[in-house]
Amino acid sequence: MDFNIKTMAEFAAEGKSPEVLFWVGCAGSFDDRAKKITKAFCKIMNNIGVDFAVLGQEESCTGDPAKRAGNEFVFQMMALTNIEVLNMYEVKRIVTACPHCFNTLKNEYPSLGGHYEVLHHTQFLKKLMEEGRLKIEGGAFKGKKITFHDPCYLGRANDEYEAPRLLLEKLDAELVEMKRCKTNGLCCGAGGAQMFKEPEKGNKDINIERTEEALSFEPKVIATGCPFCNTMMTDGVKHFNKNEEVAVKDIVELLAEAEDL
Amino acid sequence: MQYIDNIIFLILLVAGFGLFAKSLQKIYRNIRLGREINRNDRKGERWETMARVAMGQSKMTVRPVAGVLHLFVYVGFVIINIELVEIIVDGIFGTHRFLSTIFGHTFYNFFTATLEVLALLVVIGVVVFFIRRNFYGVKRLTMKELFGWPKNDANWILIIEFALMMAFFKMNAADHILQLRGVLPEHGSFPISEMTLVPFLEIFSFDNGFLMFVEKGAWWFHFVGILFFMNYLYYSKHLHIILAFPSTWYANLEKKGKFNNLESVTKEIKLMMDPNADPYAAPAEGDAAEVPSKFGAEDVFDLNQVQLLNAYSCTECGRCTSVCPANITGKKLSPRLILMKTRDRLEEVGRNIDKNGKFEDDGKKLLNDYITKEELWACTTCNACTEACPVLLDPLSIIFEMRRFLVMEQSAAPQELNLMMTNVENNAAPWQYNQADRLNWAND
Repeated sequence: MDFNIKTMAEFAAEGKSPEVLFWVGCAGSFDDRAKKITKAFCKIMNNIGVDFAVLGQEESCTGDPAKRAGNEFVFQMMALTNIEVLNMYEVKRIVTACPHCFNTLKNEYPSLGGHYEVLHHTQFLKKLMEEGRLKIEGGAFKGKKITFHDPCYLGRANDEYEAPRLLLEKLDAELVEMKRCKTNGLCCGAGGAQMFKEPEKGNKDINIERTEEALSFEPKVIATGCPFCNTMMTDGVKHFNKNEEVAVKDIVELLAEAEDL
Repeated sequence: MQYIDNIIFLILLVAGFGLFAKSLQKIYRNIRLGREINRNDRKGERWETMARVAMGQSKMTVRPVAGVLHLFVYVGFVIINIELVEIIVDGIFGTHRFLSTIFGHTFYNFFTATLEVLALLVVIGVVVFFIRRNFYGVKRLTMKELFGWPKNDANWILIIEFALMMAFFKMNAADHILQLRGVLPEHGSFPISEMTLVPFLEIFSFDNGFLMFVEKGAWWFHFVGILFFMNYLYYSKHLHIILAFPSTWYANLEKKGKFNNLESVTKEIKLMMDPNADPYAAPAEGDAAEVPSKFGAEDVFDLNQVQLLNAYSCTECGRCTSVCPANITGKKLSPRLILMKTRDRLEEVGRNIDKNGKFEDDGKKLLNDYITKEELWACTTCNACTEACPVLLDPLSIIFEMRRFLVMEQSAAPQELNLMMTNVENNAAPWQYNQADRLNWAND
């Protein structure tokens, strides 16, 4: 694979700094499914020649799941360590494919001394598109039905509903909206550290409820913008035995496919 | 003896407003039991938010049917209260339709006609609301958690509002007939009464004395009714008609995903990370006062004042619960109940203080006695509840503070979460992977 991944340390050794730091996140680093999202994003960045770096071994969990579980100590330990690293490299701009990392870095790091311009990968790509650096040919998806599941931590938590949709529209696909979308979006069930525990007793799991809604439109693709949503929706699709017909894919995976990367 | 009416009126007026002021004082005292929170920044934005959301009802438009009906009742209520000014002046000085002398003939006609139309809209609103709530089966209005007082309270409010409007129409109708008969001077225009009640009353050809009695009776009913309703508010979810205003003013203006960082923890961690810190050093003088007695919230005293204000402002409409993913899928969590239980506990604490002069430990806490761990752990922090609330209340912040207490004070997280937190602490990832393997994906 002709991957060109450089770390912040390597840039620093050359006395240079990249255009943007790509914050990979725990899911993106370790989860087999999410790694594909990470790679798809890197391929797009490589393809259009964006000078980016990752922290590699110097990256830690942002602390989001610990914080939302109620453990402020562990959260701040992670946050202050990360801020020390980021400030050491004089990072200005961060892009990440995980809305949870995005939210934490953007909203909760500043009062601890970490001030950066933080972008979700869809926001970053939207910018690149507006600057004319990213061009998307949507032939591969022409007329295919895609529905987008809003991640809570991108949407309601940070009011970003437009960037992911703008990118999806460029694919020439038929974008169908679920009834519960945008401000009314339904959680995938993984937020607030729920990813790491069994759900409380109820009638059904949240991801099943959400996937049921998405599947009712008979889409070809359920598009996501969060590795955790991706896992939850993938599990949901498997639950309904629809994994042959319906793909769950991150927006950058769709873009990479469209560009045949 | 001719002043007896005016004297009774004045006594009722003072007693009614006095009692109400006392209730408000009690609410204020109870809210102040919470921790202080600085929400006095960005004043312009706060006024704007309050004007838009509380006065402008901007979030009620999300559900158009309920929104329009609510607007009827709201606008009617606000404008009909101008009537209260007239009632008070007439009551104290024994005048009749005092505002007509100020407004002049034409404008007073317009004014009274407007009030009649608005009163009709209020009647339509409350009747449809009553049917919707009791026979139509809107899920959030018929959930089990509302059985008992919350459901009865809602119905009482609608019944009282209906009765008040009916008294208003009866008063106008009787007055109008008396005006036509030349018994009373002609003031005002009453299109709705004229179309509905006036013909009905005329059938019976009541004599002037009886109509006078009806007019006076309805006037008194209307007045006493308003005083009663005002004092009923304290015991009712209907408090939102007042507290929606401060609640929207003090609303969280930050992005919904931004949870607060505890400063006390920051200090600890910075000390921990500082290689030059002396681990055996005694804490500096005066530091003890700065350390909070508790992390997170176990009882209402640990919540902040805005959260307690929120609990009093909740009108139990259940829009939050109807969009809560945990609740939708049958879990025990209901954001509405989080606020209702907070209010219940706060009221209990208030009664305790009334009785004992200060709070005496009653062996109860908001946590466990009112809100269970199972509810707290079911929350995905998705903010659907805060988005749905028409008056910007924040049940999520209460859930979050209580989680903090469970984790940081009691180490009582579910085992799987403990594992996750240990992993974050030791491996810098929620899973048990080695930090050194973070870049392996690049070479897979």
